Amino acid sequence: MKADLRHDEHAAAADTLEVIDAPGAAPQRRRSRVRHALALVVPALVTLVLLTFVWWVIARFWVSSHRSFLAPTPGKVLSDGLLDSRTMHEISASLWLTTKLSLFGLGVAIVLGVVVGIAMFSWKPIERAAYPYLVALQAVPVLAIAPMLTISFGYSFWAKSIIVIIISFFPIPTTLLLGMKSVDAGLVDLFRLSKASWWTRLWKLRLPNALPSLFAGLRISAGLSVIGAIVGELFFQQGRPGLGQRIYDYTQNMQYPQLYTAIIFSSLLGIAIFTVFGWLGNRAIRSWHESAVENK
Amino acid sequence: MTFPDGTAALRDVSFSVRPGEFTSVVGPSGCGKSTLLRIAAGLERATAGSARVDAERLGFVFQDPTLLPWRTVLGNAELLLELHGVPRDERRDRALEAIAAVGLQGFEMHHPKRLSGGMRMRASLARWLTLDPPVFLFDEPFGALDEITREKLNEELLRLFSDKRFAAVFVTHSLFEAVYMSSRVLVMSSRPGRIVADIAVPFGYPRSQDLRFDPAMSEIAGEVSSALRSVW
Repeated sequence: MKADLRHDEHAAAADTLEVIDAPGAAPQRRRSRVRHALALVVPALVTLVLLTFVWWVIARFWVSSHRSFLAPTPGKVLSDGLLDSRTMHEISASLWLTTKLSLFGLGVAIVLGVVVGIAMFSWKPIERAAYPYLVALQAVPVLAIAPMLTISFGYSFWAKSIIVIIISFFPIPTTLLLGMKSVDAGLVDLFRLSKASWWTRLWKLRLPNALPSLFAGLRISAGLSVIGAIVGELFFQQGRPGLGQRIYDYTQNMQYPQLYTAIIFSSLLGIAIFTVFGWLGNRAIRSWHESAVENK
Repeated sequence: MTFPDGTAALRDVSFSVRPGEFTSVVGPSGCGKSTLLRIAAGLERATAGSARVDAERLGFVFQDPTLLPWRTVLGNAELLLELHGVPRDERRDRALEAIAAVGLQGFEMHHPKRLSGGMRMRASLARWLTLDPPVFLFDEPFGALDEITREKLNEELLRLFSDKRFAAVFVTHSLFEAVYMSSRVLVMSSRPGRIVADIAVPFGYPRSQDLRFDPAMSEIAGEVSSALRSVW
């Protein structure tokens, strides 16, 4: 029970000691792992409960009764949305479509972003030529350029994907570039002394060094890709309906409990993709980078 | 050596180091000691004069351990061989040998993050040992370490030197370290750096630790110290 007294950070080390010292340490190890998981989840759940309560208070007491259809209570969203089989059937089909769209767009953005980042690093004029437009791309009101996209891509999956790419692109080349530039000068000297080629330096020094910041960028892009997908679906309403289209339809039909359900699932999708990239990033750098959570 | 901004780092510096000679360079901070080594290694081009190193490979131990943080001790030890195109199996063997030579056995799979400052420096040293360079340049390698670790690494470096007899140029801030390690001590003036004294240390290798407290050693250290004070 010694481990109970220790601070969380030392729990892993304490476990190892227990394993060596005592044969009966395994259950305790499992228990501390459960406690670790709880410590991660409980604060977020508390926030959820609080927010739901605030929502309920507002919907119940603040919104006047003749407008209450605009702001359904949590209970109503639960009964007509989350627990309603027809709604859930619609939304789960849409969720899958939106997931595919987000991941596809994000994948293309990652590949393009890495290529652009490396190009910007390799030749300064490319960086100077591209950077202002990367910033501009981020600032562009996507809905305003959507009509232009329909000329080239119609209302297809491709048109929606372009929106995802535009919205999620910026963090990738910029964080990659930052990471590639911030290599320790001594390490650069080391590679110069060994007369390493440009490619060798890129592959063995610059890119690995850029991983932590690139993953920070990827986490941002992951969340943005879901926004992009939903915006894309809101605008290009053709083919099978994704979450964006559901949101539009529910709004048009004034099905507000269903609308809120769709919004909840959009957020969950964002959280899920963010978490996956956070996990991947942590796996990639946990053994050596300060920012990573140590393997428990 | 004059930098583009007009700072004159070195002036009229001329010396040569023979194989098997351990030469230390001491001087006030900012006197161009590091620049001297960087010119010798070809990392910096001299604005006048030249540096010639009759060796295909040279070892250059920096002030910082400069390990790749994403590689283990073993991975770091293999890096230079990798860059020189040595095949995998041979690389592994030579890296393990070098790691053993600096006393890091058992830490092969550790990342630098988990090592102490002294151990990181050992790993850095091991990396260069894999190349078995006939010329070694040291740029205040132990300057950031505590005194106990420093003494220990002094001993180990002396042992390696006695064994391999490379030519060494060792830049340091510590007068005592300079004398204890070297067969010759060069004293430099403050900027622009010139060599103001060239003092021989007449003790052979391997050196016994008792030498640290030998009056003859103190006498030479005194000589170096007064040479330094004359140019402050």
